[in-house]
Amino acid sequence: MAMTKRRSVLKLAGGTALGGMAGILATGRTPAYAQQKTVHWLKWVDFVPATDQMFRRELLPQAEKDLGMKINLETVNGNDLQPRLTAGIQSGSGPDVIMSFNSYTHLYANSVVDVAALAEEVGKREGGIYKYAQAICSNGKGVYMGMPWTVIGGMIAYRKSWLDEVGATKFPDTWESYREVAKKLKAKGRPFGQTLGHTFGDAPGFTYPYMWSWGGKEVEADGKTVVINSKATVDSVKFMTALWKEGMDEGGLAWDDTNNNRAFLSQTISATLNGASIYIESLRKPDQYKTEKGMPLNKDILHAPLPKGPAGQFGFHLLQSNMVMKYSKNQDAAKQFLSWLHHEANYRKFFESQKGFATPCTAKWENDKLWDADPVMTPYKVAAKLGQAPGFAGPPDAKAQEGLSKYIITDMYAKAVQGMPAEESVKWAESELKKIYSA
Amino acid sequence: MAVTAVSGVVNRPIPRLRRLEDERWLALSLLTPTAILLGLFIAYPFFEGVMLSMTSTRVGIDGQFVGLKNFHKIWNDSIFRTSVWNTFWYTGVTTVFKLALGLWLAMLLNRHFRGKALVRAFILLPFIIPTVLSTFAWKWMFDPTFSVINWTLFQLGIITQRINWLGDPDLAMTSIIIVNIWRGVPFFAISLLAGLQTISPELQEAAAIDGARPWQRFWHVTWPLLLPVTMVVVLFSVIQTFADFQLVYILTGGGPANATHLFATYAYQIGIGTGLLSEGAAISLAMFPFLFLIVVVQLLYIRRVETR
Repeated sequence: MAMTKRRSVLKLAGGTALGGMAGILATGRTPAYAQQKTVHWLKWVDFVPATDQMFRRELLPQAEKDLGMKINLETVNGNDLQPRLTAGIQSGSGPDVIMSFNSYTHLYANSVVDVAALAEEVGKREGGIYKYAQAICSNGKGVYMGMPWTVIGGMIAYRKSWLDEVGATKFPDTWESYREVAKKLKAKGRPFGQTLGHTFGDAPGFTYPYMWSWGGKEVEADGKTVVINSKATVDSVKFMTALWKEGMDEGGLAWDDTNNNRAFLSQTISATLNGASIYIESLRKPDQYKTEKGMPLNKDILHAPLPKGPAGQFGFHLLQSNMVMKYSKNQDAAKQFLSWLHHEANYRKFFESQKGFATPCTAKWENDKLWDADPVMTPYKVAAKLGQAPGFAGPPDAKAQEGLSKYIITDMYAKAVQGMPAEESVKWAESELKKIYSA
Repeated sequence: MAVTAVSGVVNRPIPRLRRLEDERWLALSLLTPTAILLGLFIAYPFFEGVMLSMTSTRVGIDGQFVGLKNFHKIWNDSIFRTSVWNTFWYTGVTTVFKLALGLWLAMLLNRHFRGKALVRAFILLPFIIPTVLSTFAWKWMFDPTFSVINWTLFQLGIITQRINWLGDPDLAMTSIIIVNIWRGVPFFAISLLAGLQTISPELQEAAAIDGARPWQRFWHVTWPLLLPVTMVVVLFSVIQTFADFQLVYILTGGGPANATHLFATYAYQIGIGTGLLSEGAAISLAMFPFLFLIVVVQLLYIRRVETR
């Protein structure tokens, strides 16, 4: 057998492809592919699967071409964003851009880069960023911890024909009438359904605006004085207890964000607060989801905002933003990529793929023709405009986020529904909140 | 030793290796790799955890030393107290049931019947399937609306209303206990079966000849001989159950209204969900004294049993 020397093999490899070690050594510079910048973007698995497909097949390859960088898209379950954020920040390495839910921006403010320049530019171009998005993404002093991406609006999806049958021609717009209609429907075995469980989306999405609409709030505008123990809150808890027995599906105490979708689609509840995913699913499979009369279910679904209370009408929607991480070595490239994503033509591709599931954070999009394409989706166009953030009347800061992630407001209602006297459950919430706000 | 006895004739080993002939050096060299591994992956993180729990560290913000402030805070935290009680209840109830059912199953499997190997393999299934997967299946079975358990009970005419498995605080705890038992019984059964097989059948036969009834044979022959194995199995199980996380995290997330929070799930919620790393560390460390006490008591007991 002919002897082959180790050196000659190396030379051969270096000669055929410049990537070989000898080649690199010979030229004295790193190979081209190592110089290309890479941006790693971590976001949730979209509830509209078509969007993630569109990103992978269309938008990101385009971005790579336009920007001359490589884009790594990684998608994880929404509940797994926080562990990834924590791991990244503590170890100082991880994705360059990470999607934030609600006030993660405030929670991780020390570990992200200011993106105010981009936010201001996009705001100016698109008719201004909504107050809700500003409150969540900026610290009120001109720093943007996250670039507002979109709002996943929560609206009540309801069965038009079932409400008609009990004499409600439109969805009740006060809590009193909501309770009456729910009572009539529950008597027919078609209650309203809502979760009071430990789940990030639908539970606080219902309980916070409900509390606000009665005039209850966690703290004063100073963001320190806990004022939850008020007559307004106690009234709201008492009303919820009665409402739960009379008109709601009592299984809701254990629901996560998907249970109400399944319950609605299998026709065991007549209304529930949700993103548009119930309707979108029924559109996607018209043959599978039919009413008891054999009609396609999607023809019998309408959307409405949460009812008004004595203190007004509110909504708390999932606001998503993108944070550029401080530990990232590609901050400039990451900002460039975000800026590219927010070019109107590129952002439109995302917006249209969502079909109304996501409401942009700037005023310009409210009048987009997409909202006319399907009247059932029209109510979602104001989601970002009407939103309010936890921690009200204080700022949606880290303390507000702590209250939210401990499910204090949701548990206050859940405890009462399970039999604790209203005054006591409110007192419990007060003592928990005081611990947070006094620390 | 042979080498030293034949002095001067054969090549003597070089002194470096001779040192290993001393049992102390041999033991040391054999133990070192394990000690390094334990130090790196157990002692060091534990030490770091203790340090972390005494600071005010949040995610991305280095904290200062605050002494025992975090422990003071959790001591006054009603959710933490609920979690402590829940953990003890959860561990206690499941261990009793797992032991009883596991022992019963082991005794059955110790008999001779056709297809014994196959049955033994099947028994292990709950233990083999990744917990996350099987727990998701249970989650569907406990679903408030689509529960197959409710459906069956309803069809059999046993219930008229849906049972709110994961929504009612007591039932939610019962549900996670059921799932834990289901998952843990095979471990008990197989380990105890191994223990049973080491007991010589002659002892049983001798007792039978002397006129011992089956129950007496179990109580006076099998049980005392099986006790050391049982204690070790219980010890392992208690440690694992006490620190359980995935099952509760998937089934209830600690809800409804914190009724099913355990040490680990609450530590996760505070440490990761709220970003209070130091307080989360304090909560997980609070597990330590309890576990330590349980382990010490059990180990002492095992020693007593073994030396009896």
